Amino acid sequence: MLKLPIYLDYSATTPVDPRVAEKMIPFLVEKFGNPASRSHSFGWEAEAACEEAREEVARLVNADAKEIVWTSGATESNNLALKGAAQFYASKGKHVVTVKTEHKAVLDTCRELERQGFAVTYLDVLPNGLLDIDSFRAALRPETILVSVMMVNNEIGVIQPIAELGEICREKGIIFHVDAAQATGKVAIDLATLKVDLMSFSAHKTYGPKGIGALYVRRKPRVRLNAQMHGGGHERGFRSGTLATHQIVGMGEAFRLARMEMGSDNERIRMLRDRLLKGLSDIEHLYVNGDLEHRVPHNLNVSFAYIEGESLLMAVKDLAVSSGSACTSASLEPSYVLRALGRDDELAHSSIRFTLGRFTTEEEIDFAIRLLHEKIGRLRELSPLWEMVQEGIDLNTVQWAAH
Amino acid sequence: MTYSVKVLDHYEHPRNVGSFAKDEEGVATGMVGAPACGDVMKLQIKVGKGGIIEDAKFKTYGCGSAIASSSLVTEWVKGKTVDQALEIRNTQIAEELALPPVKIHCSILAEDAIKAAVADYRKKHGDPG
Repeated sequence: MLKLPIYLDYSATTPVDPRVAEKMIPFLVEKFGNPASRSHSFGWEAEAACEEAREEVARLVNADAKEIVWTSGATESNNLALKGAAQFYASKGKHVVTVKTEHKAVLDTCRELERQGFAVTYLDVLPNGLLDIDSFRAALRPETILVSVMMVNNEIGVIQPIAELGEICREKGIIFHVDAAQATGKVAIDLATLKVDLMSFSAHKTYGPKGIGALYVRRKPRVRLNAQMHGGGHERGFRSGTLATHQIVGMGEAFRLARMEMGSDNERIRMLRDRLLKGLSDIEHLYVNGDLEHRVPHNLNVSFAYIEGESLLMAVKDLAVSSGSACTSASLEPSYVLRALGRDDELAHSSIRFTLGRFTTEEEIDFAIRLLHEKIGRLRELSPLWEMVQEGIDLNTVQWAAH
Repeated sequence: MTYSVKVLDHYEHPRNVGSFAKDEEGVATGMVGAPACGDVMKLQIKVGKGGIIEDAKFKTYGCGSAIASSSLVTEWVKGKTVDQALEIRNTQIAEELALPPVKIHCSILAEDAIKAAVADYRKKHGDPG
């Protein structure tokens, strides 16, 4: 029997893998020591567990454990990376470059940098969601000190050309930050070859617990940051605060499992995602948002033309998915990411993001396909726009009574 | 977003969905809203002898509250004269459906749809009202 609703929102968060939860529990109860306690075995045991987890996080991305700084999550990592680097290198220049489709944790931090006196360029993307290398290169100035580009977009799942961007930044001596919250376990990341200086990670997008993340800070060549959280000087002064041992152990185990199982997980999930796309492809006026080739295997973002997004979400309430439009948060703003792709407002309004994961089954995907066919048909019967299109009317020529 | 029982009922079982043939005797159409704003309502009324609205149909592109507002309006205008239909206020629609403040615009659009349909009727029938 299928359990409803079906969870297809793995990019919002993932369940903690039971193997991860099992490993975390002893550190809440028996092994509760403070990793900073140097004078007894409780502290030594906790410290050893944190260091083992640090090794695991580093191993997934081929970095050195000494380059990993624990944070509370990717939002904090992004804040520490951007504010920390911008402030430290401010004497070299005050220009920062990022992209319009970045996560709010980067965009809003950049707004704060603007308030602190930095100039920020927000780059457009191509209609497929990818960054154009030439316009990227053209945006760099002599006073540019920092670039931030996400590896995998959270809404449309496209993978930015991080290797090429890194080469350009390194050549010009610009610090390069990459938000990889959505990338771990989905894309192979090799920091020994990528010219990336700072990289943000989150545990809860990769079957670990919420409330824990990490920032990679390159040692060779060395990258400096101004700390944003002051206190006992934990994490070599980058981030003070008692380490959350159980969370850290969870992130380490989650990233170890990601390294072991990424290949088989991705192959299975890609098959299911392609099955979903194939199952929906006979629906007329369906548009895939974002490049299908340079894309993580678990994401499908589609717009159903002539159907409004909120009523669509209401119709598919047996599926836990997210809509590109933020209607559900009571503002009727369509997704800023889809608008950045140049999508018409009505297509941006009617998008659904499906993100599959480790526990998604074929049965669930088949249910979703059947449900969508039924509901899309019903909502289009209700849609005056659909009727007009069937009558051969070009909606762009209609004079709408604005309200 | 949580919906009232009445919105859900109209959304799940919309009344009077469809279209009349445009050239049918006594049929008038009101279309309001814009796709870019996220709602378009089409309300059609079929007016019989004596100016009584005998039947009504709608199609709506929009959120659940917009669909429910237009579905409700098709029920309310039936049996009324066109003048009586013009007396329906958006506040009555919002109250009946228990619309939250962010959805009041849906009830306003439904009231506008009635006005637009009646205006179309009067234009076709040379009735200045």
